[in-house]
Amino acid sequence: MNKEHKDTKTKKFGMVIDLDLCTGCGACMVACMAENNVPFKEDESNKLDSITWMRVYKLTNGKSFPDTDICYIPRPCQHCGGIGDHGHSPCVSVCPATATDYDHETGIVSQIYTRCFGCRYCMAACPYHARYFNWWDPVWPGDMKESLSPNVSPRMRGVVEKCSFCFHRYQQAKDRAYANGRREIEENEYQTACTQACPAGAITFGDLNNPEHQVHKLVNPDPKHCGRPKNPKAFRLLERLQTNPKVYYISSREWVRRAGDNYIKNESKQIA
Amino acid sequence: MKIDRRSFLSLGVGAVAGLTLSPLPWKMMDDSSIWTQMWPWTPVPEDGEVSYVNSTCTLCPGGCGILVRKVNERAVKIEGLKGHPVNDGGICILGLSGLQLLYGPTRVKTPLKRVGKRGEGRWEKISWDKAISEVAEKLKNLRKENKPHTVGCISGSANGTLPKLIERFLTVYGSPNFMKIPSIQDSYELTLHLTQGVQALAGVDIENSDFVLSFGSGIIDGWGSPVRMFKANSALKKSGGRLVQIEPRLSNTAAKADRWIPINPGTEAALALGLAHVIVKKSLYHKDFIENYASGFYDKTGDNGFKRFVLDECGLDKISKITGVDKTVMETLAKNFAKAKKPIAISGRGQGKSPGSLNEFMAVHALNALVGNINKKGGISAVPEPDFINWPELEMDAIAAKGMQKERLDGAGSNKFPDTGSLLNRFAQSINSGETGKKYPMEVLFVAGANPCYTMPDTKTTKKAFGKIPFVVSFSPYMDETAQNADLILPNHTCLERYEDMPAPVGLTKPVICLSKPVVSPLFDTKQTGDVIIALAKALSGNISKAFVWDSYKTCLEKTLGSKWDVLVEDGIWVDNDFTAPAWENAFDTPSAKFEFYALKTDDINPVKIEGDDNSYPLVLMPYDSVRLANGFIGDPPFVVKTVSDTVLKGKDSFVEINPETAKSCGLSQGNYAVLSTPKGTAMVKINLFEGIMPGIIALPRGLGHTAYDKYLANKGLNVNDLIGPVEDSVSGLDTAWGIRAKLSKA
Repeated sequence: MNKEHKDTKTKKFGMVIDLDLCTGCGACMVACMAENNVPFKEDESNKLDSITWMRVYKLTNGKSFPDTDICYIPRPCQHCGGIGDHGHSPCVSVCPATATDYDHETGIVSQIYTRCFGCRYCMAACPYHARYFNWWDPVWPGDMKESLSPNVSPRMRGVVEKCSFCFHRYQQAKDRAYANGRREIEENEYQTACTQACPAGAITFGDLNNPEHQVHKLVNPDPKHCGRPKNPKAFRLLERLQTNPKVYYISSREWVRRAGDNYIKNESKQIA
Repeated sequence: MKIDRRSFLSLGVGAVAGLTLSPLPWKMMDDSSIWTQMWPWTPVPEDGEVSYVNSTCTLCPGGCGILVRKVNERAVKIEGLKGHPVNDGGICILGLSGLQLLYGPTRVKTPLKRVGKRGEGRWEKISWDKAISEVAEKLKNLRKENKPHTVGCISGSANGTLPKLIERFLTVYGSPNFMKIPSIQDSYELTLHLTQGVQALAGVDIENSDFVLSFGSGIIDGWGSPVRMFKANSALKKSGGRLVQIEPRLSNTAAKADRWIPINPGTEAALALGLAHVIVKKSLYHKDFIENYASGFYDKTGDNGFKRFVLDECGLDKISKITGVDKTVMETLAKNFAKAKKPIAISGRGQGKSPGSLNEFMAVHALNALVGNINKKGGISAVPEPDFINWPELEMDAIAAKGMQKERLDGAGSNKFPDTGSLLNRFAQSINSGETGKKYPMEVLFVAGANPCYTMPDTKTTKKAFGKIPFVVSFSPYMDETAQNADLILPNHTCLERYEDMPAPVGLTKPVICLSKPVVSPLFDTKQTGDVIIALAKALSGNISKAFVWDSYKTCLEKTLGSKWDVLVEDGIWVDNDFTAPAWENAFDTPSAKFEFYALKTDDINPVKIEGDDNSYPLVLMPYDSVRLANGFIGDPPFVVKTVSDTVLKGKDSFVEINPETAKSCGLSQGNYAVLSTPKGTAMVKINLFEGIMPGIIALPRGLGHTAYDKYLANKGLNVNDLIGPVEDSVSGLDTAWGIRAKLSKA
């Protein structure tokens, strides 16, 4: 286990997305693409091979006109901690190349492109479809290479990629704090690109371990139950798989919260 | 052959030796390692000094502040500018992908002259000097022939120094034909003019309201200044305010609203008057405003007042029949609206790209008057356009004066439509019927900041009109549909490469000027359109040259903005913070000096007509707007196309939204191909069943079906403008079409 910074507190970075505020505008998706040099290709309408670290899904309540309702749900990598938060995320557990790893200092699930040899076990293991495979070499037409950020290395054909919670921003924030003689960063110093861009202010990002941080206040994670939210309006995706994700959702609509997990037919309406 | 031990061994050794010496295993091992290792041709973005430049995004009229991150001279990321009065750090999907427009392959890199046929796509590079002198030559000859009025311009906007420079150029040259891309702003300006007697923009204070009644306005679908509206919607939710959305389709706004009320499309005015009926009948209106600051509410000699009309003509049974909205729903809604502390009623469907029926705007605005929220916090206020363009008076010579006497080709300002400034929707029709000798032909057309060949309803007619204009000059920085159909392209810098002011972003409640400034130096041999106009004026000499005293567009801008220039360069925005909308005593510049309810006619509660007959076309096609599909002058960059759902676009196919019930009656199911026909055209679509759309209505998004731009956007899906056409408002002449009759049949 990585224990290099003993003088700093262990973080558990997480995200809270308020689905009542989310408008489904897609700014988070594009902010992520622009920040992380995500490639694009001529036809992106086959969503199975369309690389979107952050993807906004559309849910419907299945009722007919005029009782229909829709809700958008943005889905980054959930940065699962696994049972007991021991770092046994579904993907980390299966990676034969240690190309994806759980960082116990931050709770972030990493992806190291140069180690990945494209077996895609992690993609099969991920219950959230948050991982994407580069079937082709990336192509930036015209002068678009000029717009690539040096903070994130572009990926090559044959590797898997996914949301990193903009880890490079954490490194930069830490560097700046160290340069100023601080060991800890402030809440606002490390924010992901999607959080920053969201025009509706639906995304909140911060340290779930820190009771001062907005994310903690919003969902009130229960340490006894692996961070399950105490806020009754909050939920995590596929809670019952015990993947222990670090992305929480808030919705005042019951059908939306229920859509966050799978239920067998006639199962009690009560959410587990 | 018998294999003994000896030959077996020698064969085995031979096979191993052969395989070892052959390149096959090495090649395969090498390949597999290449597959899994860093490829040398995967770019390694160059690192360098990081800097930030603030500017204004001008990709839409929203006026958001942006902060661009640069590494050395490269712009690498666009972010929202924190603390900016419009967007405070937020940013939309299009603004975020602005760098793909800057660096993308759709840029026009030098002036281009057409060599093949129109639209064939064969161009020849020419120098700026040659291009400008060619245009100047054409313009000189037309003046010699006493035909200056045959030159026109279609501009994306009418506000700001650049559009005003072009308009000034046309005026001193002698043409009244300056047109702009229409939007609901036209209807709002006209509404304020007719009811309040002011020349002003509508300031919409959603964030401070506690009850928003939206007649189809997609406040989170890109209506108004999109990012500000997203923020306002969130503010509304946090403060406990209510949003009621009235439209036939469950848009994102409807889904996020506290209440969605489906309505028969085109009957919004009737519903507004029905609500007025309840408010008046129950005496829930704002007594002080109505008694002291409004006129036309009560009967005057010979004229029925607003009150009598809504009481007599807008009974709830009748209105319910027209709108399809339940009586009790209307009653509760009207009561809640009138009893709210700061209610506001807004109109303009979707993003407000189509101006809409004036009657509808007036009816909805009458609701605002009834609850007295005009020029109040949380209401609608009349905001004057920032008055900073004070250029020396023009001196027109005889030719110009005569040219300016001519009636405009689009009929705006004529006896028929005296209050409307520009009617681009009538332009194509007018050009096409020009042969009959009704008016006069157009010889030269400039297109700046606009893409009418894509965005105007009924593209076929628009393109036909373009075909009749002998010389079309496009100023587009991108190879869009209009540029493709031009004879000469004089590419402007993109908004990240140029100075340009953008006064009065849509819907703001204070007078504001935004400034975009160069974030990077121009990448290609492009030129700010303002400089081209000044150069043209100089080349034409005489009075025209005299009217342009500046040596460059930048000097013009700097001098025009005067003391505001420094603030604008520093902050990117200037706000007249001292402005408060005048109190009711001084707010109305009408003959009665009061708010004037308009005289209603029985016809005013009938649905807004659309094209096509019910018998041959049993369905109704409505275009809808999505923030993920840019549908104006700018087309979707690759990142944005990527976010489009696979139930909207799959491969090259567009999906049409249809209620499962309607689909069933047409014998269609999910994913089927179908032929969609309207009086304007026929196209192949795929079926997407959507429970959130009223039976009998089908919907297509705006923003697809480009024929220009790059392969990431071109030839994908269907341009809904190919299938719809404009319908003229009898009072304003503006386009009122909200849809068209349609038919779907199995492919």
